Amino acid sequence: MKSGFTPATVLALTCGFAFLYLPILLLVAFSFNESRLVTVWGGFSLKWYGEMLRNRQLMDAAWVTVRIGLVSASLALVLGTLAGVTLARFTRFPGRTVFSGLVFAPLVMPEVITGLSLLLLFVSLGWARGFWTVAVAHTTFASAYVAVIVQSRLLTFDIILEEAAMDLGASPLKTFFVITLPVIAPALISGWLLAFTLSLDDLVIASFTTGPGATTLPMRIYSQVRLGVTPEINAVSTVLIGFVTLGVITATLIQKRRFAEGQKRKA
Amino acid sequence: MPAPDPPPAPASEARLPAEPWNDPKATPLIKIRNVIKRFDGFVAVDDVWLDIYKGEFFSLLGPSGCGKTTLLRLLAGFEQPTSGTIEIDGVDMAGVPPHRRPVNMMFQSYALFPHMTVEQNVGFGLKQEHVPRREISRRVGEMLELVQLADLGRRRPHQLSGGQKQRVALARALIKRPKLLLLDEPLGALDRRLREQTQFELVNIQETLGLTFIIVTHDQDEAMTVSTRIAIMDRGRTVQVGTPGEIYEYPNSLYVAGFVGDVNVFEGRVVEAGKDHVTVRSPESGCDIYTDRGIDAVPGQEAYAAIRPEKIEIGKAPPADARFNCVTGRVFDIAYLGSLSTYHVRLATGEVVKVSAANRSRLVERPITWEDQVWLWWPPSASVVLLS
Amino acid sequence: MSGQPAQTPAPYVSPGPQTTAFEVLERTTSAFSFYGVLARFVQWLERSGRTLVIALPFLWLGLFFLAPFLIVLKLSFSETVLAVPPYAPLVAWLEENGLSYLTVRLNLSNYILLFEDSLYVRAFLNSLRISAVATFLTLCVALPLANAMSRAPERWRALLLMMVILPFWTSFLIRVYAWIGILKPEGILNAVLIGLGVISEPLTILNTDIAVYIGIVYSYLPFMVLPIYASFEKMDPSLIEAAVDLGSPPIKAFWTITVRIALPGIIAGCLLVFIPAAGEFVIPDLLGGSETLMIGRTLWLEFFNNRDWPLASAVAIVLLAALTVPIVLFQRHQARRGSEDGAA
Repeated sequence: MKSGFTPATVLALTCGFAFLYLPILLLVAFSFNESRLVTVWGGFSLKWYGEMLRNRQLMDAAWVTVRIGLVSASLALVLGTLAGVTLARFTRFPGRTVFSGLVFAPLVMPEVITGLSLLLLFVSLGWARGFWTVAVAHTTFASAYVAVIVQSRLLTFDIILEEAAMDLGASPLKTFFVITLPVIAPALISGWLLAFTLSLDDLVIASFTTGPGATTLPMRIYSQVRLGVTPEINAVSTVLIGFVTLGVITATLIQKRRFAEGQKRKA
Repeated sequence: MPAPDPPPAPASEARLPAEPWNDPKATPLIKIRNVIKRFDGFVAVDDVWLDIYKGEFFSLLGPSGCGKTTLLRLLAGFEQPTSGTIEIDGVDMAGVPPHRRPVNMMFQSYALFPHMTVEQNVGFGLKQEHVPRREISRRVGEMLELVQLADLGRRRPHQLSGGQKQRVALARALIKRPKLLLLDEPLGALDRRLREQTQFELVNIQETLGLTFIIVTHDQDEAMTVSTRIAIMDRGRTVQVGTPGEIYEYPNSLYVAGFVGDVNVFEGRVVEAGKDHVTVRSPESGCDIYTDRGIDAVPGQEAYAAIRPEKIEIGKAPPADARFNCVTGRVFDIAYLGSLSTYHVRLATGEVVKVSAANRSRLVERPITWEDQVWLWWPPSASVVLLS
Repeated sequence: MSGQPAQTPAPYVSPGPQTTAFEVLERTTSAFSFYGVLARFVQWLERSGRTLVIALPFLWLGLFFLAPFLIVLKLSFSETVLAVPPYAPLVAWLEENGLSYLTVRLNLSNYILLFEDSLYVRAFLNSLRISAVATFLTLCVALPLANAMSRAPERWRALLLMMVILPFWTSFLIRVYAWIGILKPEGILNAVLIGLGVISEPLTILNTDIAVYIGIVYSYLPFMVLPIYASFEKMDPSLIEAAVDLGSPPIKAFWTITVRIALPGIIAGCLLVFIPAAGEFVIPDLLGGSETLMIGRTLWLEFFNNRDWPLASAVAIVLLAALTVPIVLFQRHQARRGSEDGAA
């Protein structure tokens, strides 16, 4: 079984990726459709993008969403990095099992449960629901994803590099900042980006934990989608997809460069 | 385990004129006392006791898993001994973290920081001490000069060959002029030719800078080439400590004899033992083996006579005096190695003896060939009698 | 980060430049100056670093992830009232005959309702059935895809991997929404099929279970492909060669060797799909019909439409209980993966 393209693998890849990408491509294509009908191509037009920009509610929601995303992704990066370091490095401390349970559970927990339980917490704490409650909720579940990324990066990180730095006189804390962080930086960048997109993306948890004045973009999209397919939503979606694609490609290129360095280093 | 009594020093080829380990007044730079290291019930280092002196090139030699790397990591401070003490230059190292020890290490995988240039890697240690930037760049330049990498300072580790990385790692570990440099299989990743060349460079650098090196290796040739002294390790213990010559010529156990070089072993019983001689009767050899080096043994005690293959003479006629140290058999295999040939001779008892002889004449004129009846003999100084 | 802050390092302090920056800082500045405080802070950080690193995420997750469940549990035993917040307190002081009693009123009516009303029971069973079927379908799509990816030439793999991950990064909601336009009666799929002459009447797919299956397979495919691909890729290809060499047909070798060895990855992928799918809200809400009862949607409706918080909590607790086994399995897998990679 030499690695290489055979007709069977090409077929599997083509079908698999067509399934993954065709729906998105169609959605993007129809955002440029002059006609309001989804199945009829009425010629190329940017008019839905104009509509989108004129929609005050949509734009406000987008701004709220981006701000929540920035705050929660940054908080999640810090918390998730600490949790990832703990999981990868501290194998023995009281409560480790509980700790790893707490980190991994948000990954698979149905969103309705997470959302409901956080809402009830905020109600019992007497917190006014709004921007900050959504940000805290997003931080909580996004930090689990960051933790997993950081943990798996640290597991392949050669701990000898840290020993070498300490051997040359760097204190443990300094070693972490001068050696460990720069080396795992690409993982941190992708962790932050993932946390940001998760926050941008979330409908369910935000719906539970939000309050007046903090309606997020997914909530707006959802309420419009329930009324049917509109080219305006296609336009919003296209813009979002564009941003995310750009971000992911950038992050991948950064990582790939590091990866290539790593590969050459091994060779 | 205390080092066994050193045998009468043979004409040593040590590079240093002085041999501080034979001088009772000399103070060791490193004192390792009763050091034990346990991991989860597994004893990695078992009661090691070593003195290492300033200016030594000391080798820890043994198979993988014998505890040599753990011992190195105990010295560097990455592990703490379960019990026992380690003193470096008169200071007890208990509880001193790695970054406060006057010790630097060269790692087996080199552990070059991938996100820094060669210069930044080499200068890292000085930067930690807040040496002024100009001073750092001057010393980095000198050090790169020393390891012949002066023009590669701006490269990153992934742009270097294996040999170049090895030099960067060495320069980085040397730049602080540590009291003690630890080298963990420093040449293990290099190919054979480069390794031999680098061995001599290492020795040169060590002598030029006047530093103390401890090297971990599993390659006996490497240890013999570079070391002032070698400690042979087995399952966490040091079984013998001595100069390369002592280790090779006077191994204190079958383990050491077999680990360093090739050896023929005859099992038998002591017939007679004195201060300056031992006679062993071995049913395996069919003759008595007489050695001119005494051991502390009683007649009837089980013993092993060990003889190096190159110390045995081989001939098609019996020697003049065939009472001692002489056996006969048939050649059943010859390994031609160019400069020498190894003959495998099967004795009447079934025992196989290896003999190596320099090929002074050409192969085609070889006097001894397969199935020839041959006699093997050796002088009393060729064999060593071991009790374990 | 030393584990024993109490143990101060032994008196070895090397002279001159071997002291750390922080020692120099501390020595050269008075204890009250800014740098003195900073140096003390950094030293404190170094000594208690490990504790801090563990404690911060521990406390956060404890407060915002673990504690909320206890509240949900408590609330599921409460009574619904028309108030803000819409539930009666579980623990109350009861004044009676001049004495006050601490009363705890455990109200099981929410749970009783859940198990008596066939609507909820059906919703639960439906959720488990739909997510099980969808997990199986996802596996069927993921296996050939992951296999083909792991067989692709090495320089292609990073790109293929990125292509699998990319849709996962784009909005879940948008991806589900994209299928509405495709599946609806006057949508693209029907237009294409009618245009090709395959069918004459539009198919009803949207608002059926089939649409939900498609939505789940589509949305969760990366979760299935990634762990399986990871196990396939790690595997030594000469294992298959050895099996074929010993007389096993390639297809059989794929099942007996490749799939068998990749089983941990396959199980992880299945759990990653099954658990969230069982509680899914968006997909059944947008793609499913009114008969597609799934428990996540029930919870949502109870909460937002009926404002019955205690009942919604009880639904959450039962769902959580039903998912405990797969979640624990997943945790075990994660923990094991961590230790294995750590040892390697």
